[in-house]
Amino acid sequence: MPTKIEKDATTGTETTGHEWDGIKELNTPLPKWWLYTFYACIVWGVIYTIVFPSWPTLSSHFGGTSGWTRRGEVAEALAAQKEGQAEIREKIVAMDIDSIRKDPALMGYVQAAGRVAFADNCAGCHGAGGAGAVGFPTLADDDWIWGGKPDQILATITYGIRNTNENSRVSDMPRFGADGLLTKEQIGDVADYVLSLSGTQGNAAAVERGATVFAENCAACHGEKGEGIQDMGAPRLSDGIWLYGGDRKTVVETITYARRGNMPAWIERLDPATVKVLATYVHALGGGQ
Amino acid sequence: MGVAIADGAYGGTAKAVPVEAYHEDVVRAFVVAAMFWGIAAFAAGVYIAFQLAFPDLNLGLEWTTFGRLRPLHTSAAIFAFGGSALIGSSLYVVQRTCRAPLFGGREWGWFIFFGYQLFIVMAATGYLLGITQGKEYAEPEWYVDLWLTIVWVVYLVVFVGTIMKRREPHIYVANWFYLAFILTIAVLHIVNNTALPVSLTGTKSYVAWAGVQDAMIQWWYGHNAVGFFLTAGFLGMMYYFIPKAAGRPVYSYRLSIIHFWALIFLYIWAGPHHLHYTALPDWTQTLGMVFSVILWMPSWGGMINGIMTLSGAWDKLRTDPSLRFSVTAVGFYGMSTFEGPVMSVKAVNGLSHYTDWTIGHVHSGALGWVAFICFGMIYYLVPVLWKKQRLYSARLVEWHFWTATVGIVFYITAMWVSGIMQGLMWRAYDEYGFLQYSFVETVQAMHPYYIIRGIGGLLFLTGAILMVINLIRTVRSAPALEPVTQAAAVAAE
Repeated sequence: MPTKIEKDATTGTETTGHEWDGIKELNTPLPKWWLYTFYACIVWGVIYTIVFPSWPTLSSHFGGTSGWTRRGEVAEALAAQKEGQAEIREKIVAMDIDSIRKDPALMGYVQAAGRVAFADNCAGCHGAGGAGAVGFPTLADDDWIWGGKPDQILATITYGIRNTNENSRVSDMPRFGADGLLTKEQIGDVADYVLSLSGTQGNAAAVERGATVFAENCAACHGEKGEGIQDMGAPRLSDGIWLYGGDRKTVVETITYARRGNMPAWIERLDPATVKVLATYVHALGGGQ
Repeated sequence: MGVAIADGAYGGTAKAVPVEAYHEDVVRAFVVAAMFWGIAAFAAGVYIAFQLAFPDLNLGLEWTTFGRLRPLHTSAAIFAFGGSALIGSSLYVVQRTCRAPLFGGREWGWFIFFGYQLFIVMAATGYLLGITQGKEYAEPEWYVDLWLTIVWVVYLVVFVGTIMKRREPHIYVANWFYLAFILTIAVLHIVNNTALPVSLTGTKSYVAWAGVQDAMIQWWYGHNAVGFFLTAGFLGMMYYFIPKAAGRPVYSYRLSIIHFWALIFLYIWAGPHHLHYTALPDWTQTLGMVFSVILWMPSWGGMINGIMTLSGAWDKLRTDPSLRFSVTAVGFYGMSTFEGPVMSVKAVNGLSHYTDWTIGHVHSGALGWVAFICFGMIYYLVPVLWKKQRLYSARLVEWHFWTATVGIVFYITAMWVSGIMQGLMWRAYDEYGFLQYSFVETVQAMHPYYIIRGIGGLLFLTGAILMVINLIRTVRSAPALEPVTQAAAVAAE
C-alpha cells in the first residue's frame, strides 16, 4: 500500500511510496540498453542451444543441428596431427639411425618428437635431459652399460632390461654376500680393490687381497681391469662413474646384495617410430658413439 | 532490550522507533569477528602467495604446506570474514528495515554468533590437521557440516521470524537478497555434503555422490556459493548501505525486482561452466555456458542500481569513507560479473581454465567486490553501533582505500598476465604439432608475477591493518554521539 508517493527533486522521478529505515525507492523504468542487451543474450542463448548439443531428453539429449561433439573435435584434431606426421614417421621406421642422423630435416623432427617422448616416458627415472639418478644411468655421458652405439641403444629401449619380454637384456650379478659366495672380509677387500681402480686408495694390503678375489669372481664379467663388458651388461668399474654410489659402504652393499634394476620393453608400449625417435634422441644427448 | 517498539501506523518514519529496542550487541560481535577473520584470511593469503613464489616457505612441515593453508585461506576469507560480515549485517538490516527486534531475542542471536564461530574454528583446525573431504569450498568433514546445518537453520528461522514480525507493509529489497542467500546456501550445503561417516567417532566420511555426478553437484554447489553467498548476500548489503550512506533513494525499484528474480533463476544453472572440457556431457556444458552468458545483464542490474543511486550525491564520494569503498566495490562487481560470463564461453575457457587467470578473476571479485563492500559496511556501522559521531580518522581511511586499491590492481594485473601467458604456453605447438613447453617452464615464467601478486596482497593486508587501527581508535576515543531524545530527533528532521 504505497502511502506517500513523492517526486524526487534531483531526478524528477516519482518514488514508489515505500520507506524502510529512511530508504525510499524511485520508480525509474528499466534502462533500455540493459533490457535490450538482456533480450539479445537470451536470443543468442536460444540459437546456441539449437546449434549445439543442449537440452536433455528422457534417455539422451538433443544433439544440436551442427552435429558438433567435443570428442569428435578431439578425434579430428588428433587424426589431422597423425596424418601430418605419417610420412616422416614412416621414413624414420624404415631408415637406420646413422642415416637419420645425416638428414637435417629428420633430425629436426627427432629433436622435437624426442624431447616430448623422452619427457613423457623416460625423464621420470632418467631425469630431465637424461641427467640420471641413483640407480638410473645418466644418458648424456659416454659411459654406457649396454653400449652407446645407435643399434645398442635402440635394442636397449626396444626390449628393456630384466623384464618379461623374451628379448629383454638380462644380466644377473650374483649376490656375493647374501648367498654366501664370499665372506664379509673378502667383500671388504674386493670393495677396496674396486675403489682403487678409479683412484680411491684404501688399505694397501686389503687392495692386494681384493685383487685376487676380483680376478676369481668378478673379472669374467667386468673385465680383468674392471673395464666392463657391454655385451654382458657389466658396467665399467674404473671410470669413477657409479650407478648406485661410489662410497665404500655402498660398494660393499652392491657386492653383497647385487643390484637388479629394471627397464620396460618400450616396444610393448610405444609404436616403432617413437622408439626409433627415442633411440636417436638419446644417442644425440651427448654420449652416443 | 526492554523498550517496546512504537507500533506506529505503516509508513511512519523509522526515527520513531527507539534504537535501544534492536539487538545490536550480536551485530557488534559479528563486526569484530569479521575484522579478526579478515586479517587472518588476508595474512594467510599473503603467506601462501609467497609460498608459490618461494616454495621453501612450506617449511617442510605438513601443517604449513600450501595444500593445507590454501583451504584455510579460502574458508577464512569466504566463510569466516565474508560470512561474519553477511550474518552480522543481515541481522542489523533486517531489524532496521522491518522495524522489529530479532525473532527469538538475544539468546538466539548469540547462539548464531557463537555457533558460527565454533563452525569456523572446527573447520580451520581440521584443515591444518589434514581433515578434509577434498571438495573445494566444502572441505569440512561431516561433523562440521552437521553443526553448520544446525546453526544455519537457526539463522534462517531468526531471519524469517523477524521478517514475519515486521512493522512495515513490504519487505525491503535487501532482505530479499539476504533471504535468497540464506535459503539457497542451506540447500546447497546439505546436498553437496551428503555423506556417510565411516564411524561416529572418526572424522572420515564418504560423499554420497560419485563420478561425474559428484563433480557436477560439487560445482553446482561451488558456483552457487559464488552466486548466493558472494553475490546475492553482498547485494543485500549493498542495497541497504549504499542508499543509507548516500542519503538517496534506490535508483529503480523495477530493476531491483527484475534483476533479483532473473539472477536467482539463472545463477543456479551456471555451475557446469566449471567443468568445460571434462567428462561432463556436452549438453550439460552447453547449458552451463548459455545460462552464464544470459546471467550477465541480471548481474549488472545490481551494479546499475548501486551506482545510479548516487545520482545527486556524487560529491559524497569525496567525503564519505564508507561510500567510497561501497561504490568502488560495485565497480569491481560489474567488472567481475562481465569477466565471468566471458570466461564461461568454451573457447575462452579452453585458454583460461586451470590457469592463474581464474585466480585473478576470483580475487577481483573477492578483494574488489566482497571485501570492499564489507569495508564500506563496517566503516558505516562502527560509529553507529558504538554511538560515535564519526570515525577516528578520515585520513587513515583514505590510506586504506588507496593501498588496498593499488594492491588489487597489482594482484589482478599480475594474474591476468601470468594466467594468459600460462594458458598460451600450455597450448603452444611447434611445427610438427608437439608441445613447445614443459610444465616446469611455465612455472618458471610465472615466477615474477607471483612475486608481484604477493606484493599486491601485502598492500591489501596493510590497508586492512590500518582499518583495524582506525576502528579500534574510533571505539576507544572518537567523540561520543550526544544522547538524543526522541523529540529532538523528530524536531531535527
